[in-house]
Amino acid sequence: MTDGAAFQSIAMDFEGAGDGRARALALLLLSMADDEFVIGFSDSEWTGIGPILEEDVAISSLAQDELGHAQALYGLLAETVADGRDADAWAYDRPPEGYLHARLLDHARGDWAATIARRYLYDTADSARLEALAGSSHAPLRQLVAKIRREERYHLMHVQTWIERLADAGGESRDRLLAALALLGPDAGTVLAPLPGEAALVRHGIVTEPFATIEERWRTGVAATFRALGLSELPPTARPDRARTDHSDAFRTLYSDFTMVRRSEVGATW
Amino acid sequence: MVMTAPITAATVREVLGTVHDPEIPTVSIVDLGLVHSIDVGADRIAVELLPTFVACPALEVIRTDVGAALAPLGRSVDVSFTFAVPWTTDRLTDAGKAGLRAAGIAPPAEPSAVRCPFCESAKIAIDSLFGPALCRSLFYCRGCRQPFEAFKPI
Repeated sequence: MTDGAAFQSIAMDFEGAGDGRARALALLLLSMADDEFVIGFSDSEWTGIGPILEEDVAISSLAQDELGHAQALYGLLAETVADGRDADAWAYDRPPEGYLHARLLDHARGDWAATIARRYLYDTADSARLEALAGSSHAPLRQLVAKIRREERYHLMHVQTWIERLADAGGESRDRLLAALALLGPDAGTVLAPLPGEAALVRHGIVTEPFATIEERWRTGVAATFRALGLSELPPTARPDRARTDHSDAFRTLYSDFTMVRRSEVGATW
Repeated sequence: MVMTAPITAATVREVLGTVHDPEIPTVSIVDLGLVHSIDVGADRIAVELLPTFVACPALEVIRTDVGAALAPLGRSVDVSFTFAVPWTTDRLTDAGKAGLRAAGIAPPAEPSAVRCPFCESAKIAIDSLFGPALCRSLFYCRGCRQPFEAFKPI
């Protein structure tokens, strides 16, 4: 299924969301929440097995931050769609094909270099996206984004340090980073692929720039870092028509893990 | 016994001053700057709080503690969290900063301005931006040779 068809079937699910503005907003919130949820859950697999103690703590903190952001975004989505589903229902009670995270996050976390490469590509793209939401006309989203950006500053510092460390180290560190970038590079741009409701999002001032403009700004920033580190430029997105759908087996495994408690004890709460 | 004196926002704020951060028992949620608004109605008290970090796991504990602290006022209590303004470390009061030091946590500052909460030495080194809680980083004091935590400036 291509993004177009899948999006249509997911948008049909927004029964309570009313007009075109609300449906476009719901798609945006769902895609962002799913991005944060999937990378957060995936990176949390490092808890207890990080390469050194400080990094075990750091990656666990980063993952916890992302899950918190996902929870808040699912909360805004629940208010927008208003069909009785709460944040937990949105996070856990959908079939795997109903998730709209970017293809970049469909990869398994891989080794530490792959985790760093993915975090670098995702955090920088997410930061460009948040910049385009800082002046959003949707006040609850604008307020949440103001809060999230203060936290993401730490994510960017962390991942910038690490990508430099791996690239400059040479030997196995650099080789592993190059292998990770070769694998993830063609999917990096999927985080900023246009959404079907993009015209409505821009017209209503929910997003202040088209995704193509955000993506260009992001690519310019990444290109400067990569040039300084002697890394090849990122390739264009390999499958732009499947940027957020047609998920991988690795995601299905992750899905099976993160829904396990919910499935085994229906309605369970903390 | 239900209190008979009129209940005002100041009364509520005074009670909230007795509710402490569950992870930092020396700092009240008022001194931490968590209280965004207090609305006292005829039969209801509404309190809006600002999360320090979006994913802070202590939120539900704080909600329960606030509800319990205000219960003796005899009105229904509604505690909610809002992002209406972002919580920042500038919201910490001087008493809050003293409370952090008492718990062995350096108040938030840019890394070069952090001082050891035990001996006030400036001879410190950052160990990790990320610490045992989302809101804290790890430092080491070369003066008294103690590792310590510092609240992250945000």
